[in-house]
Amino acid sequence: MTDLADSAASTATTTTPGREPLLKVEGLTKHFPVRSGLWGKGSVVRAVENVNFEVKPGETLGLVGESGCGKTTTGRMLVRLLEPTSGKITFEGEDITHTKGNRLRKLRQDIQIIFQDPYASLNPRHTVGRIVAMPLQVNGIDPPGGVKKRVQELLETVGLNPEHYNRYPHEFSGGQRQRIGIARALALKPKLIVADEPVSALDVSIQAQVVNLLRQLQRDLGLSFVFIAHDLAVVRHFCERIAVMYLGRMVEVGTREQIYENPAHPYTRALLSAVPDVTKLGGHGRIKLEGDVPSPIDPPSGCVFHTRCWKAQEKCSAEAPALVPVQNGSIAACHFPESGEVV
Amino acid sequence: MTTSTSPAAAAVDPEAYLQVRDLKVQFPTEDGLVRAVDGVTFSVRRGQTLGIVGESGSGKSVTSMSILGLHNPARTKITGEISIGGKNIVGMKEEQIQRLRGKDVAMIFQDPLSALHPYYKVGAQIAEAYKVHHPSASKKEAATRAVDMLGRVGIPQPQRRANQYPHEFSGGMRQRAMIAMALVNDPALLIADEPTTALDVTVQAQILELLEDLQREFHSAIIMITHDLGVVSQVADDVLVMYGGRPVETGTVEQIMKRPQHPYTWGLLASVPSLHGDASVDLVPIKGNPPSLINLPTGCAFNPRCRYAGQNGNRSFSEVPELRPAGEPGHNVACHMSFETRQRLYAEDIAHAGVAQ
Repeated sequence: MTDLADSAASTATTTTPGREPLLKVEGLTKHFPVRSGLWGKGSVVRAVENVNFEVKPGETLGLVGESGCGKTTTGRMLVRLLEPTSGKITFEGEDITHTKGNRLRKLRQDIQIIFQDPYASLNPRHTVGRIVAMPLQVNGIDPPGGVKKRVQELLETVGLNPEHYNRYPHEFSGGQRQRIGIARALALKPKLIVADEPVSALDVSIQAQVVNLLRQLQRDLGLSFVFIAHDLAVVRHFCERIAVMYLGRMVEVGTREQIYENPAHPYTRALLSAVPDVTKLGGHGRIKLEGDVPSPIDPPSGCVFHTRCWKAQEKCSAEAPALVPVQNGSIAACHFPESGEVV
Repeated sequence: MTTSTSPAAAAVDPEAYLQVRDLKVQFPTEDGLVRAVDGVTFSVRRGQTLGIVGESGSGKSVTSMSILGLHNPARTKITGEISIGGKNIVGMKEEQIQRLRGKDVAMIFQDPLSALHPYYKVGAQIAEAYKVHHPSASKKEAATRAVDMLGRVGIPQPQRRANQYPHEFSGGMRQRAMIAMALVNDPALLIADEPTTALDVTVQAQILELLEDLQREFHSAIIMITHDLGVVSQVADDVLVMYGGRPVETGTVEQIMKRPQHPYTWGLLASVPSLHGDASVDLVPIKGNPPSLINLPTGCAFNPRCRYAGQNGNRSFSEVPELRPAGEPGHNVACHMSFETRQRLYAEDIAHAGVAQ
């Protein structure tokens, strides 16, 4: 009887691995101090402001938004390349916000990053073999069969010829370089990969190759992804859950269906309608946002989107909306959320 | 010889403002002859927009640079004909081209930060572009014209903005200033080379809308060069798809997007994820990489990446396909496969993936 109960409990945990989040981010904030002029008054750029989200094992979360919305800063804080100003990052139940030294090195085996620019993120003076082997060496890992064998396996996993072991980055095209970056990120068998615009520097046909590769790796290895991108169509294709950011804040978080078919936040709607859609010829039905994104040094009061929002009322400039569940099932930070499907 | 000199079959509209016939642009280099553009024919009427689509190295930017006469004649071999408002600029003297450039033909570049001079005020740069073609205009007239143009492209407080430097402008505002500079002499032909690639989607939507409004107002011809099929489908009337320096498909935007005929165009459409439809369907990418322009594959340049290259015996590997009518009037494709085969393959392999679905 107890056996049965035990096995039932264990199957319950294996079939619903979503119970315990792999990564949990609470109140994450990053301010960069700036100074205008030599003796100018110091001020702060509020790059990321009170961001909360979770990533479950095997889940792909997309972070989308326009330039300057804080998505890259958020990603860099997750891999601990930037020190958060405040807030808490929990990975597998452990607070990693201020982890240092050996413990941080250990942690980085589990959380890896893929960078946007395949030209700047590989050392031009190192061979591909050395680049991909670096994470193993830094962590003093001696894989069975030797480092070289493991590197060649990795190259094969990402669709490169293992014989390219001794070549230099300049001998590869952009798409191949991005594959090298992916192989390096996979070297330590991470649980979570933060991919910061991994395909936006690539040509369309190459972009599809890399997206397919990432999807296949995600399925085969059960990896979790935080996928940072500005291309909403790529994010829809890759991510099950999407978080939309604006001016350092999260404005809406929901599933693919909620965000793309029935978005609640006016900004999400505007962003979606602005994407040129190949399936619709001639631009129509666009929501036109006036003006530019305000400066993160001096963000607007209340809801930061109110200066460009067509629904803004007095309340919006006075009171900052909280992220709360809304009608479509997502959570959104808006006083007057939208409802109804997008056409 | 029989394979390399094949004038494209696409007809040139005799009433079009810009007519390009069998344009070839070649750069002799130490490594060999780069055939950047290898026989392109197209035309654009005033008030119409032509989208030129292709990946890096397909020859789309080189084509546009040659329309502006921007290639160094000492290092470039240009043959064919580029007729702008009835004047052929191939072989024209630099002084004569200068009179056209900026006045009849203007260009908007991808990166407004490197295209604007950081040291001069935005208004002064636009005024200079005006003065070059209106030598009799006074400084004051030119300055007024610059402010006027900044207002026309939707920059708030143009009087104040004209006195600022480019670094004080945001990305979208800079691109507007570039457009103002390009339009200051009312050019009949505007070439936009990836004008929105560096911009965010909401700003991109603003700029595309602005270009449409201005086209209606000035009745100018626009060539929109881009790798983004979404942008093309929003603004273009006609589309030219280029690969390895050659046109592979031409037609109206509807023909290219809804009834594409060339396997390369299929590849592009099946590579782009869609905002609708089933997200779990994998994309169908084009295998391999774009070819080197020094050493193009023999036969159809696309054959190493084409899934159907074996369909026609050896022809794909030995014979360069010419642009031929693809069924509907105005629709041309350079492919050896028969119309029926293409219809069948498209329905079987492509129609479910990416934005083709």
